Amino acid sequence: MEKVILGNHAVSYGALVSRVQTIAAYPITPQTLIVERLSEMVADGDLDAIFTKVESEHSALASTIGSSSVGARAFTATSSQGLALMHEMIHWAAGARLPIVLANVNRAMAPGWNIWTDQNDSLSCRDTGWMQVYCQNNQEVLDSIIMGYKVSEQVLLPTMVSLDAFVLSHTAENVDIPDIKLVDKYLPPYKLKIKMDVDDPHSFGALSSPENYMEFRYKMQEAMYKAEDIIIKEGKEFERIFGRKYGMVEEYRTEGAEIILVVSATIASTARASIDSLRAKGIKIGLLRIRVFRPFPVKDVARVLLNKKKAIVIDRNISYGKSGIFFDEIKGAFYNIEGEKPKIFGYIAGLGGRDVTPEAIFDMVNDAMRKDKPEKDIIWSGVKL
Amino acid sequence: MKHDKKKVEIKCASNMPDMTASLGSMASNKTASWRNLRPEIDESKCIKCFICWKFCPDAAIDFINENTPPKINYDYCKGCGICATECPTKCIEMVEE
Repeated sequence: MEKVILGNHAVSYGALVSRVQTIAAYPITPQTLIVERLSEMVADGDLDAIFTKVESEHSALASTIGSSSVGARAFTATSSQGLALMHEMIHWAAGARLPIVLANVNRAMAPGWNIWTDQNDSLSCRDTGWMQVYCQNNQEVLDSIIMGYKVSEQVLLPTMVSLDAFVLSHTAENVDIPDIKLVDKYLPPYKLKIKMDVDDPHSFGALSSPENYMEFRYKMQEAMYKAEDIIIKEGKEFERIFGRKYGMVEEYRTEGAEIILVVSATIASTARASIDSLRAKGIKIGLLRIRVFRPFPVKDVARVLLNKKKAIVIDRNISYGKSGIFFDEIKGAFYNIEGEKPKIFGYIAGLGGRDVTPEAIFDMVNDAMRKDKPEKDIIWSGVKL
Repeated sequence: MKHDKKKVEIKCASNMPDMTASLGSMASNKTASWRNLRPEIDESKCIKCFICWKFCPDAAIDFINENTPPKINYDYCKGCGICATECPTKCIEMVEE
């Protein structure tokens, strides 16, 4: 059924058709509409789930970890400061190997207090063992919730689905809400092998000594390796059933390109239009959108960027003291791979919700085209100096 | 009352569970050495309400059966005194170690 809905409600419908069984909710702008709509779905009897109001985001994820531990399909959502407050539990959910799906509305961290979009909230969770997906439109948001459960429940790692504050969360788009019976075919009921069960008791989270702690961490990394194959496989299966294709990355007009623009999330939509204009002027440029950030798509990045002249990475985030985070990851991904490496230009843009306009993108592309190589790892886009 | 008795044998990563469940690690890792005050139950005054067993935050009080006073497991009891505070007949005394 096609409906014009906000990105936040695309998350709610994604959770609905995934038949989530528990929702832990604590409000925060710009996420609140997600759990608000879910509370209505539960109250109206459209969704058979336990809706729990909690006293903080830390408790929201702790409660979600509890319900996932007994074998329920568990969901929660947050944003920015809320995700930061969850951080202890973020590590716990991944270490406990629970297939939770969490929607995070990408919002800048305070201070200065800011409710608009950038990615530093979720990228601060980079090293926690969560898979991370960055969405470019409301349809992808909904679909990524469904695929999130499908992949998480196979590899036993949680998934964080990120959508840009306001640009998606509060923007209405045409979204196909798939028939729940069709989703049932794709996403079977969740069965956890080792779960909290009074009839089959286990101890959980007990001491893991130096003799076995590393093996648990090794297994998390193995699961991440496996996740890459499963994300690709399940993306194809999703396309077969629903007609929409998703992978680790998305390419646009990369054939014959000498320069590749690398972006994530909603900047991709603006970038696609910009690529069309630049191509019309005869500039051989293409687009690579990083959709899945963890596991990191090393193979795709190498395949697309090797033997190109230049890569221009736009980061709506920053690792202070280093560079843009996607830029750093991309640069690092190449180091041990054979092949002609492009010169990689890293631009910081759009922090705290500043618009990344086609003009801003043209400026970055022109800047990179003028130079033989980048002079430093950070080039600021549009900062008033 | 069932107890988890499935200690997982860990030799290498491939035969380990993904989750840190049933490691059996606490069987040998006794954690009561820092206890200053030890709870002692006066069994003659115990009414077997098992409130102490319910309140113990460390599951260090064992339930035997309905007709037997609960037993404190001194390998894990940290001596917090919640059991003594909650006991309705005040039959648990905190004794200095």
